[in-house]
Amino acid sequence: MQKFTTVTGVAVPFRRSSVDTDQIIPAVFLKRVTKTGYDDALFANWRTDPEFILNQPIYSQPKILIAGPNFGTGSSREHAVWALRDFGFDVVLSPKFADIFRGNAGKQGLLTGLISEADCEKLWDALDAQPGVEMTVDLVEKTATLGELTVSFDVDDYTRWRLLEGLDDIGLTLRDEAAITEFEGRRPAWLPTTIPARHA
Amino acid sequence: MAGTTHAPRTLAQKVWDDHLVVRGEDGNPDLIYIDLHLVHEVTSPQAFDGLRQAGRPVRRLDLTIATEDHNTPTLNIDKRIADETSRIQIETLRANAEEFGLRLHSLGDIEQGIVHVVGPQLGLTMPGITVVCGDSHTSTHGAFGAMAMGIGTSEVEHVLATQTLSLKPFKTMAINVEGTLRPGVTAKDIILAVIAKIGANGGQGYVLEYRGSAIRALSMEGRMTICNMSIEAGARAGMVAPDETTFAYLKGRPHAPEGANWDAAVEYWRTLVTDDGATFDAEVFLDANELEPFVTWGTNPGQGSSLSAVVPSPDDYSDPNERVAVERALEYMDLVPGTRLKEVEVDAVFMGSCTNSRIEDLRQFASIVRGKKKADGVRVMVVPGSMRVRLEAEAEGLDKVFEEFGAEWRFAGCSMCLGMNPDQLAPGERCASTSNRNFEGRQGKGGRTHLVSPLVAAATAIRGKLSSPSDLTVED
Ligand code: SF4
Repeated sequence: MQKFTTVTGVAVPFRRSSVDTDQIIPAVFLKRVTKTGYDDALFANWRTDPEFILNQPIYSQPKILIAGPNFGTGSSREHAVWALRDFGFDVVLSPKFADIFRGNAGKQGLLTGLISEADCEKLWDALDAQPGVEMTVDLVEKTATLGELTVSFDVDDYTRWRLLEGLDDIGLTLRDEAAITEFEGRRPAWLPTTIPARHA
Repeated sequence: MAGTTHAPRTLAQKVWDDHLVVRGEDGNPDLIYIDLHLVHEVTSPQAFDGLRQAGRPVRRLDLTIATEDHNTPTLNIDKRIADETSRIQIETLRANAEEFGLRLHSLGDIEQGIVHVVGPQLGLTMPGITVVCGDSHTSTHGAFGAMAMGIGTSEVEHVLATQTLSLKPFKTMAINVEGTLRPGVTAKDIILAVIAKIGANGGQGYVLEYRGSAIRALSMEGRMTICNMSIEAGARAGMVAPDETTFAYLKGRPHAPEGANWDAAVEYWRTLVTDDGATFDAEVFLDANELEPFVTWGTNPGQGSSLSAVVPSPDDYSDPNERVAVERALEYMDLVPGTRLKEVEVDAVFMGSCTNSRIEDLRQFASIVRGKKKADGVRVMVVPGSMRVRLEAEAEGLDKVFEEFGAEWRFAGCSMCLGMNPDQLAPGERCASTSNRNFEGRQGKGGRTHLVSPLVAAATAIRGKLSSPSDLTVED
């Protein structure tokens, strides 16, 4: 996983609330067998509408999504995070996230920053005034800056640390690899193996 | 462990302690070592894809084994799989096994079958080990005194890469079943009665330990049936302390220890009991003498009752939420309150799934249907849990018994337990099934499932109505 410090890119004023994971990625895409390549699946049902915001050319390569409250409710599918990442998003800012979605996001390098409803409105208004403008999200300072406007966001310390260090769950565990190897050295010889150990 | 003195501990705590790699500080999870990782085609593709993207290998190929089960056809297994999603999942597992060097038992292989049947039959499932699989019915393996848990796809990737899992300690619940089962009452009836008693969420957050004389008296197959359905009570795992029955089952299996290793193993296994004086966070008691054959009438495994009862009425329930749930379940199941369950006619009988598809289950089914004919218009499907079980059954002539009875004798897999392959109920069809889930649409869109034991399935197939063997008359 990439280390995350600051992100600068196009921000999308996503004036919708209670966007559930079925809307982020409809169930029909869950049949796939890969972990990437879901960019076409993101908001698939809405993208059939030419007026949909992500169909506008200025928003073809966005990095930051500013969404209304209750983002990511519904089924716990990890695909919702994969689809946002594959489309290019590094950050979602919203006044409220569903817990499971937020947990999944933090594990997969997608920053979910909590902003106040007032700041959300301010960002939307500023973005509507200058569509396609870039903004900067700074995880060290926990701020999002758009021209003169700077708002702060919340993210828990543990998730922030993991994102700053670029640690996914596996990377985190592998910091204890010496302990794992040491444990393996203590396992009794009679424990089952599925094949003769390759490195025996 | 040697040299350490402990306060009295439960079986679950002992297994946990013996797998602790790093203890989590400040409420953080513990890092637990995983001894055996079972893999199948549905929940593994993205896990392998994740490894590939990160350039990570499988840490312990020698503790990992894969089989094809959920999507495999049970007829024409030599033909190309017609359904595209099913075929892609199976082909992806084959490609991943090849790329990463995994042991895989593919369709047509003698060890192919439902992952929870294959592990024990190979002797890979042992007392005191930790077992995981990207499948909720991994709890099956707890029958050996193993700590066996279902995990999600990202955890599958984590175990493949690190052979460990980050877990928070669970609470423990004792399920005490004392007494002697009456003839015709089996392990399946015990577990259905337990779930009806504690509810489909009653075990949430707990590891269940099944104890008492009625559990001790069960075969390994019976214990597996019980532990299998722990998840249907919402529990994280279910366990039975190992004993002579366990050791006898394991001895001589392909992966069981031999010689001095066997002795060392048994010596350790004998310590895997809950100490006198250890306390459980919760306890439940069930009288085995009172149990009757059980059946579900609703759409979750907790909605069940004795087969001799009538369909309940929503008015029997004081909790308004439950009343609505019962009303909805009865509507879906097309059942009228007050109807005797034994008068409910079925269209199909499914004998199979990781709950009841081992050789002993097939023998029980055969013991009832031998020399008889199935009821007219009822479709009866017998699906062995693994190819080895199929061959064992054929060596005993059970296939002939089933065929003469009028049942379809199939190849191994999950089959109509969840209908990912072509084995499905048609909308509105009613089925007596030895599987573990009676959710709406589980066995096919609009299908109606009654969970039962192999003996009840057999008697039902003969009479065409939900029945226990004691309902069979001489003419039947
Ligand atoms: S038999 Fe049914 S419950 Fe068991 S693993 Fe297969 S699908 Fe799951």
